[in-house]
Amino acid sequence: MNIVEPVQRNRIHPYKFNLWIAIGSMLMMFAGLTSAYIVKRNQSNWVDYELPAAFWFSTAAMILSSVTLILAKRSFKEKAMQAYRRYVFVTLILGTLFVLLQVYGFSTMWKSGLTHNSTVSVSFLYVIVGLHALHVAGGLVALILLALKAFNSKVKTYSSIPVELVATYWHFVDLLWIYLLVFLVMIR
Amino acid sequence: MSSVVSLHGTTTHHAHDDHHGHQHESFISKYVFSMDHKTISKQFLITGIFWAFVGGLFSVIFRLQLGYPDATFPFLEDLLGHWAKGGKLSPDFYYALVTMHGTILVFFVLTAGLSGTFSNFLIPLQVGARDMASPLLNMLSYWFFFIASIILLSSLFVQTGPASGGWTVYPPLSALGDASDGSKIGMDLWLVSMAMFIVSQLLAGLNYITTILNMRTKGMSMTRLPLTIWALFFTAVLGVLSFPVLLSGAVLLLFDRNLGTSFFLSDIVVAGKILPNEGGSAILFQHLFWFLGHPEVYIIILPAMGMASEIIAVNSRKPIFGYMAMVGSMFAITILAFLVWAHHMFVTGLNPFLGAIFVLLTLLIAVPSAIKVFNWITTIWRGNIRFTPGMICSIGFVSLFISGGLTGIFLGNAALDIHLHDTYFVIAHFHIVMGVSAFFGMFAGVYHWFPKMYGRYMNNTLAYIHIWATLIGAYLIFWPMHYTGFAGMPRRYFDYSGWESFKMFTGLNEFITIVAIIVFAVQLLFVFNFFYSIFKGRKVTDPNPWKATSLEWTTPINPGHGNWPGEIPEVHRWAYDYGKDGKDFIPQTTPVGADESKGH
Repeated sequence: MNIVEPVQRNRIHPYKFNLWIAIGSMLMMFAGLTSAYIVKRNQSNWVDYELPAAFWFSTAAMILSSVTLILAKRSFKEKAMQAYRRYVFVTLILGTLFVLLQVYGFSTMWKSGLTHNSTVSVSFLYVIVGLHALHVAGGLVALILLALKAFNSKVKTYSSIPVELVATYWHFVDLLWIYLLVFLVMIR
Repeated sequence: MSSVVSLHGTTTHHAHDDHHGHQHESFISKYVFSMDHKTISKQFLITGIFWAFVGGLFSVIFRLQLGYPDATFPFLEDLLGHWAKGGKLSPDFYYALVTMHGTILVFFVLTAGLSGTFSNFLIPLQVGARDMASPLLNMLSYWFFFIASIILLSSLFVQTGPASGGWTVYPPLSALGDASDGSKIGMDLWLVSMAMFIVSQLLAGLNYITTILNMRTKGMSMTRLPLTIWALFFTAVLGVLSFPVLLSGAVLLLFDRNLGTSFFLSDIVVAGKILPNEGGSAILFQHLFWFLGHPEVYIIILPAMGMASEIIAVNSRKPIFGYMAMVGSMFAITILAFLVWAHHMFVTGLNPFLGAIFVLLTLLIAVPSAIKVFNWITTIWRGNIRFTPGMICSIGFVSLFISGGLTGIFLGNAALDIHLHDTYFVIAHFHIVMGVSAFFGMFAGVYHWFPKMYGRYMNNTLAYIHIWATLIGAYLIFWPMHYTGFAGMPRRYFDYSGWESFKMFTGLNEFITIVAIIVFAVQLLFVFNFFYSIFKGRKVTDPNPWKATSLEWTTPINPGHGNWPGEIPEVHRWAYDYGKDGKDFIPQTTPVGADESKGH
């Protein structure tokens, strides 16, 4: 330890770092739930079920929203504030659409008799997809705050940190949904 | 504010002076909703002490029942009302007491009270940061813990009493409200409290990790970090990755309890009534629980290991032996912690082949543990030892860790575990290896860093009485339990006097109870010493009273928010330059001299 090594500090903003670790933590919760699903799947009296069609449309909305958020971030960095506002707004709409479609999907399942406590496999679906939707709802709150700031002409925004944080989180819930969907389709 | 976010997303630190930003702080913002990591640390510590008192008192009450199963204690009725009619503890409340004792000590004292206190206090001070990465999240972490505390405390006052299915809350007992009084509202409150607690731990863990990786001062490379920081880092990693899994288990259990799902329930008959639940598995909960539950024991012990390493080096006036081996062994423990959970489940019908794998992985933990013990002893070996209270606690920690660790090798063995599981042998094992030894790590930390926390010393005489009585007492309490456990005495029974085979232990059980009461009384001495010294202790006059190298001793005796009045000091060497080149110690802030010998 005799040589002084220049340590590069703050390579990544502490808030972003915090978010990445939080993402790791959230992943562990879903890993716990999906592995419980696999364990349960391999036991007797497991009843298979069909995923509601609404989930496919919600997936499309989710992917599109990620794309619009990428565009929003790019616009922000290029200081094209008009385009930025537009893209944030569209993302917000698509995100809300996603949550509504998930709720609609559940309601069609419910009507066909697959209620949350009808069988363990369906109970798992409600819990896993429901918890994911809650995470998306959390992202929506962040998006709303971002949009309020973007449309308020009195607030001058210079820092790209909030946009980047929201974008990272949003892409995470997007990818998490795709993982969950593939998982639910594959594990049967 | 200790830092501002600039245009380019980097953090610039502002120099603090005594007048900057402090004069407007009200009592509320300074002591209650404080964002200063040092104040938050003290909040965790004092809340932890409160819980340790409550949890310890519970153990004294149920030990009275175990030591004197036929006696009545009228004061118990005054204290507990209908739970101790005629001065005799009711069996239901006995179970509630052991459940609460476990929950409180494992989570609220040895997790929040231990790593909450010392991660908060030491991380910014020892890595050279003004505060945590996000002081706001840090403050929230304490207040989530506070809410969790209030909820758990309130469960003590509901009509049907607190949760009573054991601290592991296995279903079906925990999933069915009709199963017992303690499975009713008390169990819901337990789960909600635990969910709040998990949020608190996650918020805290994020901050600890980010601060260590991202906010170190100039020159503080990872290999120059004191071992306390490494230990607290691995603790945080374990918490962040394992607590969410418990959260998922708790969510599923809440669904089973309140929304009629059957994740953990199947084919159950309660009081002659067949329940409609089909298709669940109670074992599934055990997997989810122990996937947290086992890392949890390392969450408890790693901070103690880190603090003991630091305190032993400082008070032996020698560099820590095998620094990288210490880091490596903690890393190995962290990895293995995630791969051994099923050794708590050898007798659940686990596939014996799977069991054999878990035996191997479990026994592997003996290797990094032995490396650590070896390094502590070689650090002390031929050192210029100062027997400060912190040092004696650290040595006590090593002693307890060896004693308790060795019995872990017995229990990690599936064949032996079939006989030993759920007996007092298990109680003896984990109380010594992670209960009392983690407490010794915590005491060591308090005695050692008290001068930094409050600018005063604790009373040494009271400290020595406390430490020796606790160490001897702990062995007297738990050593005999190895024998009763070997003889097959099961844990969690209300009364053993009904069994012919356990009658021979009546005297031993009474003896354990007497010692437990004495040890509890001695802890009050510590509590008195702690609070008395905050206000009346001898004042610290030397900013570096232990002649230590690490950064926390370069701050003023009573550091303000921001820790250093001027610039944050730069680091030029590792934290263990003791006795180098004939010098007693060289602080981390001293530049390396041209004529200094190479290496360490």
